Amino acid sequence: MKTAVKSEAKSAGKAAGKAGRAVRAPGGLSVRLDVRALTVVVLLLLAALAASVVLIGTGDFPITAGDVLRTLGGDGNAGQEFIVNELRLPRVLVGLLVGASLGLGGALFQALSRNPLGSPDILGLGQGATAGALVVIVLFSGNAAQVTVGALVGGLATGLAIYLLAWKRGVHGYRLVLVGIGMSAIMTAVNGYLLTKADLVDAARAVVWMTGSLSGRDWAQVWPMLALCAVLVPLVLAHARGLRMMEMGDDVSYALGVRVERVRLLLMLAAVLLTAAATAAAGPVSFVALTAPQLARRLTRSPGPNLLPSLCMGATLLVTADWVSQRVFGADQMPVGVVTGVLGGVYLLWLLVTERRAGRI
Amino acid sequence: MSAGSSRESLSSGPNNGLNNRRSTVNRLSADNVTLAYDQRVIAEQLSVEIPDNSFTVIVGPNACGKSTLLRALSRMLKPSQGRVLLDGQVIQSMPAKKVARTLGLLPQSSIAPDGITVADLVGRGRYPHQGILRQWSTEDERVVQESMEQTGVAELADRYVDELSGGQRQRVWIAMALAQQTPLLLLDEPTTYLDIQHQIDVLDLCAELHEEQGRTLVAVLHDLNHAARYATHLIALRGGQIIAEGAPNDIVTAELVEEVFGLRCQVIDDPETGTPLVVPAARKAREQVKKDQVTKVAATEAS
Amino acid sequence: MPPTRRALRAVGLLVSVLILVVVAMASIAIGAKQLSMGEVWHGLFESSGTYGDVVVDDRISRTVLGLLAGAALGLAGAVLQALTRNPLADPGLLGINAGASAAVVTAITFFGVTSLSGYVWFAFLGAAAVGAMVWFLGGSRGATPVRLALAGTAISAALYGYLQAVMITDDAALNKMRFWTVGSLSSATDETITQVLPFLLAGTVLALALARPLNAMEMGDDTAKALGANLNRTRVLSMLAATVLCGAATAACGPIVFVGLMVPHVVRSFTGPDLRWILPYAAVLSPVLLLGADVLGRIVARPSELQVGIVTAILGGPVFIFLVRRRRTAQL
Repeated sequence: MKTAVKSEAKSAGKAAGKAGRAVRAPGGLSVRLDVRALTVVVLLLLAALAASVVLIGTGDFPITAGDVLRTLGGDGNAGQEFIVNELRLPRVLVGLLVGASLGLGGALFQALSRNPLGSPDILGLGQGATAGALVVIVLFSGNAAQVTVGALVGGLATGLAIYLLAWKRGVHGYRLVLVGIGMSAIMTAVNGYLLTKADLVDAARAVVWMTGSLSGRDWAQVWPMLALCAVLVPLVLAHARGLRMMEMGDDVSYALGVRVERVRLLLMLAAVLLTAAATAAAGPVSFVALTAPQLARRLTRSPGPNLLPSLCMGATLLVTADWVSQRVFGADQMPVGVVTGVLGGVYLLWLLVTERRAGRI
Repeated sequence: MSAGSSRESLSSGPNNGLNNRRSTVNRLSADNVTLAYDQRVIAEQLSVEIPDNSFTVIVGPNACGKSTLLRALSRMLKPSQGRVLLDGQVIQSMPAKKVARTLGLLPQSSIAPDGITVADLVGRGRYPHQGILRQWSTEDERVVQESMEQTGVAELADRYVDELSGGQRQRVWIAMALAQQTPLLLLDEPTTYLDIQHQIDVLDLCAELHEEQGRTLVAVLHDLNHAARYATHLIALRGGQIIAEGAPNDIVTAELVEEVFGLRCQVIDDPETGTPLVVPAARKAREQVKKDQVTKVAATEAS
Repeated sequence: MPPTRRALRAVGLLVSVLILVVVAMASIAIGAKQLSMGEVWHGLFESSGTYGDVVVDDRISRTVLGLLAGAALGLAGAVLQALTRNPLADPGLLGINAGASAAVVTAITFFGVTSLSGYVWFAFLGAAAVGAMVWFLGGSRGATPVRLALAGTAISAALYGYLQAVMITDDAALNKMRFWTVGSLSSATDETITQVLPFLLAGTVLALALARPLNAMEMGDDTAKALGANLNRTRVLSMLAATVLCGAATAACGPIVFVGLMVPHVVRSFTGPDLRWILPYAAVLSPVLLLGADVLGRIVARPSELQVGIVTAILGGPVFIFLVRRRRTAQL
């Protein structure tokens, strides 16, 4: 038993030693590459794209993967073109973007709060966005666009409130999580109250929204999400090195020249925006933000926030879950959130069972 | 040497920085700082000079403000009044990375990220020298290797930090601070939780860095005898005030130890190094106030 | 501990009990039909079947359930927080609420159970099953706080997925569940109370008996071992106590969030980390919060009422945030 653990540690150690490779160009340019992490990112991207193609082909009117690719290349027949480009492609794109945002947002929150449970689900952002959406659904019977706006406002307001309430000469990770839990409980109660006040039709609609669903999403959701990601993802990745340092505690990272408070504020803001936008677009798809960073971390086996792998993992997870939901329950019968919940939960359990090495969580 | 030892040691009494207009020739100094956490004031109007190229050690009883002073010197704590100067500039106003290339800190508590290897952790010390386009130069690699060799952790490079013993781990953290390549290095109780052999290891390493590489070191130490043996400049704090500062040979006396730590003792010559060695008075001797006099005589004889 | 401080804490506990009595009386007196203290007295001790007496009788069940469930939630929270060494630990985190909810929705949809007293056994079994699963998946003997929390979260994830799937496809279940999940005392009957009473009592005794070993555990596994504590036994018994208490309370009133999380937290801020004081205080002050919230829910929404789970969260949330802010970071 003991030797097994030891040899495992040894081989893992070797892998880590090999992992940090640097690519240098003349003129002092050098980029650090973690080979394993890079491989994971590439594989996850491929998986996400493959799942996307399969997902586009799935539905009441099935299309083969080859036809999907041909149609995407602008070479399909008119009927397929309509189904692919107008109906299914935007939905898949929303899925990819929402998954990526949730994965990245979750990784940021977990790193900032230094707590594997510090995901937006637990910090109350999802609940805040839900409260905004439920107010629109239950009190005003608003349409889908209004629900989106309501959710966005709810999510952002909750995020802002959490940050301000947690602020006291800087934001301490633990205080952030605790304040978030407080907000989350309040918002859950508000949501419960709104649900009991709704008539049954609105309540059913609210529950579907609360589960998180991709059905009926179109280009109107794609463009804002894409714009937001185009701005935020590079911004976040540019600060990834500072965030890596912050893992070692505020003192050490500050001594190394990281502007801790500024980096934290900026990344927190980005995480709130990403999560709120994703939630507004697809509803609070459960557990992607919580599980994606954990799964990514297992795959890369590297310390650090694993931002890019988490992002890819989120996208892959959500699109795959949507495909599973379509296959198992039929087109648009079951919102994707049901599957992400079950899949994410089961995968996390499997990890816990197989991973006997305690303390590596 | 420098200002520190040439200046008359301010033997005792509160150090009044206002009247004593100090020179700013030293790279690091605190000028009339008031240090406080929230409402709790730790030190008021404290002025400290860290002599260049010295191995300065701050000693004092628990809760005397020594760690707080170190935090202020390393800009972890912003003084509520006064200022800390680095190379003549207010430290808070300088760019964070620039400070980090000049002044390194080994804090008391630091968190090793899960599953990080020794080489990786030491490599993180290179952060202030890196940028987006310059993430891992050959120079970085060389310095990391050097730092690991200096601290004797080179053969552990691929091991996980969480598998190491306390002494090894502390050396890894020191290696990380070394990789930062700063002329000034501040260490907050670097020997805590280590056994005697590792304590000496760490202190020898510090002395080496100071003597051979000419770095300026500032450390907070618990053990007065270690401080007296290794320091070139000693600062004794009590209740947020400097009671004495100067070379250990000049200032460590039985009176000082009693004043700072409230402990009766003899001060004798260290048979190995000739530096002052504090020997606490026996329990019975301390209990009997009458023997007071005897102890004092012995102490003066010894010094 | 200095004797004065111990005396102070004992007096504080006594005062807390008095407050609890006052709140319990208020819970009987206040509602859609307002009763005077005289009427309450009459109903309690000289019941002769007047209208007032009937109302009193009705509210006694509710108040008793509030007392029992409140104490159970507070104790369970305190035990879990000590066990996992994590102030975030609450029954929800370990999946107990999810287990109870999933079992209730199963009862409604697949077994056609419609009465509240019928839910109780399902909810309790669901909670217990999840508690056991979390324990084994968390690594049983090798369980660490983080593993337990992760296992709880993972099981919750899977079960909530199931719950939502059922609620989306079955409108009748949705209609029942949306009222059950907010947590309420209004459904209390003598039958419910007799169903859960043995479990609550056994759990309470067990939890109080665990104070000493948990005190040792809180200082870390190694120190606890050095002090001679039996880690495994303490862990198993703690999980058992928390699951039984929480499962029974949730079975009777639905998932009431936040009482188990907040009260031990607040208590800890003035008793210090000694569980021998935290547990009794939590057992007394949690029902104060729960009954107080229930009374308030009846006052603000008169003649209808606001479910107690909603009130505890909306009241408790800000208080909790205030407390978190007041503390120094070092103590968090």
